[in-house]
Amino acid sequence: MDKNQSRRQVASMKQSLFDQGLLDEQFIQLEGLQDDANPNFVEEIVTLHYRDSSRLISSIEQALKERNPMDFNKLDTLMHQFKGSSSSIGAKKVKAECNLFREYCRAGNAEGCVRSFQQLKKEYVALRKKLEAYFQLARQVGPQETACRSK
Amino acid sequence: MDNGCFSSSRHDAFPAGLRVLVVDDDPTWLRILEKMLKKCLYEVTTCCLAIEALKKLRERKDAYDIVISDVNMPDMDGFKLLEQVGLEMDLPVIMMSVDGETSRVMKGVQHGACDYLLKPIRMKELRNIWQHVFRKRMHEARDFESHDGFEGIHLMRNGSDPSDDGNLFAVEEISSMKKRKDADNKHDDKEFGDHSPTKKARVVWSVDLHQKFVKAVNQIGFDKVGPKKILDLMNVPWLTRENVASHLQKYRLYLSRLQKENDQKSSSCGTKHSDSPSKDPGSFSFLNTTNKQQNDVTIDIFGYSDGTLLLQMDAPSHAGDMKEIVSEPTTEKRRASTNDIPDPKIQKSSKMSLNQPFASVESSETNQAVFDCTIPTQYSWSEFPKGPLKEEQKTLVQLEGSFSQFPLHGKKHHIQVDQSQSIGSINSNPSVTEEEVDASLETKPLYAYQSDYVSPVSSIGSAVDTFPNQSKSLMVNDQSSEPIFTSNLGLKTQGFNLDCISDLDFYQRNLLLGGGAASAPLEEDLNFFLLHGECYNMNFGLQNIDMSEYYDPRLHFYDSADYSSVDQGLFIA
Repeated sequence: MDKNQSRRQVASMKQSLFDQGLLDEQFIQLEGLQDDANPNFVEEIVTLHYRDSSRLISSIEQALKERNPMDFNKLDTLMHQFKGSSSSIGAKKVKAECNLFREYCRAGNAEGCVRSFQQLKKEYVALRKKLEAYFQLARQVGPQETACRSK
Repeated sequence: MDNGCFSSSRHDAFPAGLRVLVVDDDPTWLRILEKMLKKCLYEVTTCCLAIEALKKLRERKDAYDIVISDVNMPDMDGFKLLEQVGLEMDLPVIMMSVDGETSRVMKGVQHGACDYLLKPIRMKELRNIWQHVFRKRMHEARDFESHDGFEGIHLMRNGSDPSDDGNLFAVEEISSMKKRKDADNKHDDKEFGDHSPTKKARVVWSVDLHQKFVKAVNQIGFDKVGPKKILDLMNVPWLTRENVASHLQKYRLYLSRLQKENDQKSSSCGTKHSDSPSKDPGSFSFLNTTNKQQNDVTIDIFGYSDGTLLLQMDAPSHAGDMKEIVSEPTTEKRRASTNDIPDPKIQKSSKMSLNQPFASVESSETNQAVFDCTIPTQYSWSEFPKGPLKEEQKTLVQLEGSFSQFPLHGKKHHIQVDQSQSIGSINSNPSVTEEEVDASLETKPLYAYQSDYVSPVSSIGSAVDTFPNQSKSLMVNDQSSEPIFTSNLGLKTQGFNLDCISDLDFYQRNLLLGGGAASAPLEEDLNFFLLHGECYNMNFGLQNIDMSEYYDPRLHFYDSADYSSVDQGLFIA
């Protein structure tokens, strides 16, 4: 497809992420930080986030396996970190799931935690895929595109 | 480059070039913040570990203007880092977290954070962080110039203690003092030459330096101490009177904070205020236990209503050591009560100090709001009780020695509390001027090392009351008069802390024993003690990075000394 089409596609992809409530204001802030010195800043941050957060996801999964009893404190701590990381890219829905999970932790509701975590992982993976596709296309379109947009 | 953040090269462009140290274990946020701060034209250094950050800060104390740190970090609690930075380096610290719960924010403030940002953080929030640096400089400058106002500052009392009119006095006093100070600043009343509001050379109080300081103070006599005398004795050519005054103030605050903690503990334990002068070990431990619980409360505040805090040093088993100590201080002024000095101020301040970060009050520290009141200069340092109660043999000496690490508490705590607007600013003025010292000296019998000291519990008590919510350490006794020094001195395992604590406890007991009406002029002394004790506590940072050890000096101490209460006060949770 031609450049213009690609650009439009990139723009609409991004827009839909916002429309679906998957991303929030923070993402726009990140774009605002992108400049000549760091033309791929947003992608860099998103990559960093997924690298760090996948580690946390594994830890949480591991901790959820401990059932008798479930270590809610540890889970809460891990989730707190995860939430912090998610907030860095503006992962809105994922953050909401984090909050839900933490509530279950505080309530000592093991089942709730497990369920909520499943949901959270779904959202997490879905967003990750979408962002990957987004950046892939954006890169094709050209760094200037995204840079300009972010400015 | 000069010590202040306003180096000549950066000064013109301020706030551009502001040197920021960012600490966050989240690599993503670290990168984002770095980028954002660079966009603000700040000089950024990043760290992902608190220990690493402390190392960097210690390496070059004047290398940074402000620290931004996340609250949750794997190697160290963000609040602890906050406290240490404030104590050792006296830099403004901004906390960050994705969690914005009121209790967390409050804890941050209590521990001395000058701001608490919620993640995700916006550019505009970061653009303004320079104001914290500027504000601090301004306060420091004012502190230097107006030591007279300290009393007022110290008065910041949190609670409303009807019996203690000092409170009100304090607040008003502070504001009026501030005004006076400002006005004075224009004139030549300052002992210190530097009137520059923007910059103040920051002295790094190394262990050695502090040790010299403490030695000098003891030599002169706590109640006679003054910046000039100390400076002369210390014989450190590059040190200015200003520096010493500032440090002295902090020291006093520290002591008072400890005392307050002690008081709190005692009161919470229900220590009796009876005036049984004899300090029996039993009570001592009792006090200790209370202290222990508290952990964070920095007690330092001895509320003497009339400013005379008489410590009664009886001879309980602990007293043995105390006695020893007692004799040491050069000036044992035991004024039973003559102080008309409005100790309420002291009290207040002490209360404030209680909340200081040192106090790391985990407990409800609502009072923590008091926090940083720089303890009024009323500490009579002369009575510095050097000997820790028996357990700590090493004490005396050690106390002295350990204070070298004495972090500048005074500074540290100020501010966060906004009990009174002015207080905040006042807090930052640690400078203790001679005048203050003298003034305070008179009334403070302070450490009643000698057994005949009577602790004017009442005054303290009231002071204590002002911080009703304070963690136990603060509210030592509900009876208005017990100036209980919660010797929360976080004794370092090395024994420093022990000394302090024991001393404090000792005093505490005395105070309590002193019974109600006492006028606790000894606030100063107490402060002193506390300070000593606390110094160690606080200094842990200096000692080593082993926070855990440091943080629980009291625990260690207590174990050996069986004062569980002591632990509380100093423990920096």
